[in-house]
Amino acid sequence: MLLQVKNLRCGYGSLEVVHGISLHVCPGEIVGLLGGNGAGKTTLLKALVGLLRPWRGEILVNGRPVHNQPAWRCVSNAVALVPEGRQIFADMTVRENLLIGGYHNAYRRMDVEMVLERFPRLAERIHQLGGTLSGGEQQMLALGRALMARPKMLLLDEPSMGLAPMMAKEVFAEIVKLKDLGVTVFLVEQNAAATLAIADRAYVMETGEIILEGEAAELMHNAAVKRAYLGKGYKEIWE
Amino acid sequence: MGQSDLILQYFLSGITKGSIYAVVAIGFNLIYSATGILNFAQGEFVMLGGMVAVSLAFFLPLPVAVAAAVVFVALLGGLLELVFFRRLRRHSILHLVIITIGLSIIIQEAALHVWDEKVRSLPYFTGNEISSMHLFGAAVSPQVLWVLGTVAVIVVFLHVFLKYTMRGRAMRACSSNPDAALLAGINIANMRTLSFVLSAGLGAMAGCVISPITLTHYEMGSGLAIKGFSAAILGGLGNPMAAVLGGLLVGVLEAFSVSVLPAAYTDVTAFAILLLVLFVRPHGLLGTPAGESVREF
Repeated sequence: MLLQVKNLRCGYGSLEVVHGISLHVCPGEIVGLLGGNGAGKTTLLKALVGLLRPWRGEILVNGRPVHNQPAWRCVSNAVALVPEGRQIFADMTVRENLLIGGYHNAYRRMDVEMVLERFPRLAERIHQLGGTLSGGEQQMLALGRALMARPKMLLLDEPSMGLAPMMAKEVFAEIVKLKDLGVTVFLVEQNAAATLAIADRAYVMETGEIILEGEAAELMHNAAVKRAYLGKGYKEIWE
Repeated sequence: MGQSDLILQYFLSGITKGSIYAVVAIGFNLIYSATGILNFAQGEFVMLGGMVAVSLAFFLPLPVAVAAAVVFVALLGGLLELVFFRRLRRHSILHLVIITIGLSIIIQEAALHVWDEKVRSLPYFTGNEISSMHLFGAAVSPQVLWVLGTVAVIVVFLHVFLKYTMRGRAMRACSSNPDAALLAGINIANMRTLSFVLSAGLGAMAGCVISPITLTHYEMGSGLAIKGFSAAILGGLGNPMAAVLGGLLVGVLEAFSVSVLPAAYTDVTAFAILLLVLFVRPHGLLGTPAGESVREF
């Protein structure tokens, strides 16, 4: 198992946001994590990469515990996060953004070429500042920057957020293509339909807990998914 | 001496002092970008650089003494970061800024005890007090050229470092987006220490080259800190290259103020600039309103 989370609890200050979550991701899979706003998805991801210290529970990458490591060690476990809101270095060029992504990668110059081949649109903008790119281009850049670390596993936090439907589609297509790099994907999304269409398995999260898990195809037809996706009120209103 | 010669003389003395303010302002910027702290002990690094070099120059050749002083002060800067700021990171930025003011006072008092209150200076790097060169009709001490040359080298070095080396890019990444930098595997705590090392080293270097002209005194740091701060704000906080423009402007305006104001009021110029900029254009000449400004405090 590439990633294993056991009974993870964490939060901010005295407020617990994630209430004992367990999940796993096997090599080569695309695993989705669905849930509405405030479900604790981003908090969970922050704990996975070390930006937030877990209160309780374990995080294992390749069987090795990583929950006491600082965030900057995360990429050396071959796990890279594409954060919510893309977090591009706005005042640095596209090329510099990519090079920073490969900070610990001795072959970063070579890998920049690889990323540019994958995302030709970035190649056209290589000397532009990251902040001047469109939302979709920034998402590609964030994806490319994460790939620069040569990760075995990519964690994606709402990559389709704020993108036009066409652009979102393109981003999801790129995520599917990651499979041929042998990169395992843990995809956190609100867009349940698009996620389940490309995922192998998925978890559904609500108010800090996993309420459902299973094969993507099964979940596609599950009412609880619609509920989680649309928020708690869905049940009372629609069922 | 004709009117135009006088203007040239003012101008040269202005950019000489201004280039030192520029180095202090660069130091402000480096630390501010990497840590968010305004380091009011920045001027003490300049003073310490001069003082240590003066002491070492008694038994070491001048270039060695200067180099050793720069290294010593750079390491001291890094040590201060490790001891005070790394551990206290969870406190608010305002606390940390106040700690820098405290450090500035402590360093000053320590310098008073180590070196007493006498004014010292390094010997001229080339020539002596009376040797002068003629530049466009103005008499210039060769040391002025040393100052301008050194500052130019510092600026170019910094530009190349920040723009073309991986470590420099990582430092910019840390100030641009600390979380994203962490996720890329950059140890930002170490980058913060590096920013202190660099600022302290550059300040010490400025303190050495300026010593023969303005002399080194244990109290010189606080004045420099205020002027460097004015320069950094004038240029636009967060941009080391804008600091150069700010520093030169503050220096030149200060020099020319002598022609209209009594000489005792030269220091007022820097404060007037500082207040004016804060009122009218808090993001500085080259900054953007959306970018960082001192308003955050």
